Amino acid sequence: MNRFTMQRRIAIALLLALSVGGVLILLDGYNPFEAYKVLFLESFLNYWGFSNTLVKASPMLLAGLAVIIPMRAGVFNIGGEGQIYIGGLFGAVFALAIPDLPGLLGVPLIFVAAAIGGAFWAAIPAYLKAYRGTNEVIVTLLMNFIAIHIVSYAVAGPLLAEGAPYPYSEEVSEAYRLPILMPRSDTHVGFVFGLAMTVILYFWLRFTPSGFQLDLVGRNARAAAYAGVDQKMTVIRAMLIGGSLAGMAGAIEVIGLKYRLFHLFSDGYGYDGIVVAFLAALNPIVAPLTALFLAGLSAGAGTMQRAVGVDSSVIDVVEGLVVVLVAAALVTPRTRSASILKPLARNLRLRRQTQREKKEA
Amino acid sequence: MIDLVLLGDVLAGTARLGTPIAFAALGGVIAERGGLYNIGLEGQILAGALGAAAGSFATGSAMIGLGCGIICGLISGLLLGYMSIRLRINQLVGGIALNLLLAGLTAFLSRQIFGAQAGGARVNGFSQTDIPFLSDLPVVGPSLFSQDPLFYLLIGLAIAAWFWLMKSHKGLDLRAVGENPKAADLAGVPVFRMQYLAIAVSGALAALAGVHLVLSQVYVFAEGMSAGKGFIALAAIILGRWSPIGAICAALFFGFCDAVQFKLQFTSPEIPYQLFLILPYLASLIALVVLGAKASAPACVGLPYDREHR
Repeated sequence: MNRFTMQRRIAIALLLALSVGGVLILLDGYNPFEAYKVLFLESFLNYWGFSNTLVKASPMLLAGLAVIIPMRAGVFNIGGEGQIYIGGLFGAVFALAIPDLPGLLGVPLIFVAAAIGGAFWAAIPAYLKAYRGTNEVIVTLLMNFIAIHIVSYAVAGPLLAEGAPYPYSEEVSEAYRLPILMPRSDTHVGFVFGLAMTVILYFWLRFTPSGFQLDLVGRNARAAAYAGVDQKMTVIRAMLIGGSLAGMAGAIEVIGLKYRLFHLFSDGYGYDGIVVAFLAALNPIVAPLTALFLAGLSAGAGTMQRAVGVDSSVIDVVEGLVVVLVAAALVTPRTRSASILKPLARNLRLRRQTQREKKEA
Repeated sequence: MIDLVLLGDVLAGTARLGTPIAFAALGGVIAERGGLYNIGLEGQILAGALGAAAGSFATGSAMIGLGCGIICGLISGLLLGYMSIRLRINQLVGGIALNLLLAGLTAFLSRQIFGAQAGGARVNGFSQTDIPFLSDLPVVGPSLFSQDPLFYLLIGLAIAAWFWLMKSHKGLDLRAVGENPKAADLAGVPVFRMQYLAIAVSGALAALAGVHLVLSQVYVFAEGMSAGKGFIALAAIILGRWSPIGAICAALFFGFCDAVQFKLQFTSPEIPYQLFLILPYLASLIALVVLGAKASAPACVGLPYDREHR
């Protein structure tokens, strides 16, 4: 499939997903065009709205990259959510344990701690996948739940802030807070960091031997084996990179936005990362765009609910549809086109033909 | 004596908490034997739960709720089937997408159906039914033979599924499709029809898990009420070695972990309760690792079948 067909198909899939969302908005008794107008204007052209979009886009972008890199090696990392939690935990523990470093030293170290946490959480499914053949999808899924409970325990027990009414940790020191990007808003430099990671990963995949090996294992494992690529190490490396990216997303949430570790602080960004990755057709350089788009959808969903009255869960449906339809659009045709509409159209044509034949007979 | 009461309680909890996982796991076994991964179990549980709640809410009849739940499950199963069989989307991705989609859709629809009282709209459900004589047995009597009708349905379906899959001609066909679709096709088995049948039944069974949650446990629909049961069911399939009976035993084992967890929360409040919440997931993981998964999985599960491909 050449790049142009792929882009066209993804565009069609997106339009279809938005249309189905539109039908739901209509069912809800509102004007879908008005609702979408409010949604997109608010999330992209309004200062506060756009800042909100950027805040959500930062963890989504990193979580998306955390899916893309392993997937390029043929491994499904569904564990982004858990890796975000463990990364956030490691980052927060480091920040709270050593609170007196200067920011220029402390912040990078917090990122390193978070990356180690995420990588550690990804190393378990990676090892099991590479050396025991255990299905990584199920392992990473199960580990998400474990990670959430571990953080829940940490903030209710050892990390619980003094006199806290809810389970949350002490605040991290002022020096460790990420600089604000847009004045008077919550928008921190997280998205810029994500952009930098995107560029690095893009060039790594395209122009370095180890990046190429990763791609080769994903595209054709047998060819990679013939070429002498160590598949197991490649799979593990891909997962570790993915895990550390998601882990850093956790740190960004903690030192960029909330300044504390909370119970349930991630809000499903790990799962959003799957949508980001698919919408980007697994190309890292496209991921910032798709992360912005999805973050805009989810940031605008609340505004839409307040301004127009449409239930914001419509946007969750659109997200799910985006994955279904984009995945369908990306299936490589083998003997016949696997486009979304074609089977339906063929069915219709056949039915009309039989009807005509019946009439003639 | 106290220990016997405790044992009875834990057994009853095992049956109650394990039933939804068991339904979903049974559904997963049927799909995977036919060569299709059903990662969408989690979403289908929600679909079944919403169907059951809506049906019972609208008519006041638990039986109609049951019917609606099953229909929702069938539809969601066929949707996944269309994605996996016709569109040949990667089945893991398709299932994850279905979960996202159904989580959103059920939340949206429940707010439409129940309106502002969402979460507070109690619906009619099933009550526990005593089986004469057996329910009078000590310890196991009250716990295993005073359950709700869906538990007995589960036992019946498990045995039926085992006979169908292992002893009947059609079941053999389905297993052949999962092992080697090309050979099955050449032998005249309608591969795609069998797969659609399997995935639809799979969706309906997963939906029964949701029906049980709503009509036998909490009597309301809550967003995200499946709470990871579909994923535990995926582990139960592997743990149960792709056998209907085995999967149900594994599911009941997870139910047992959950029941023990609840008991320990009450009896040992000094231990952080999150440790107990982790227990079933950790048990699944360890079971996956220790027992491995490769050996007895259907050989062609997850690979879309393409008639024209050599």
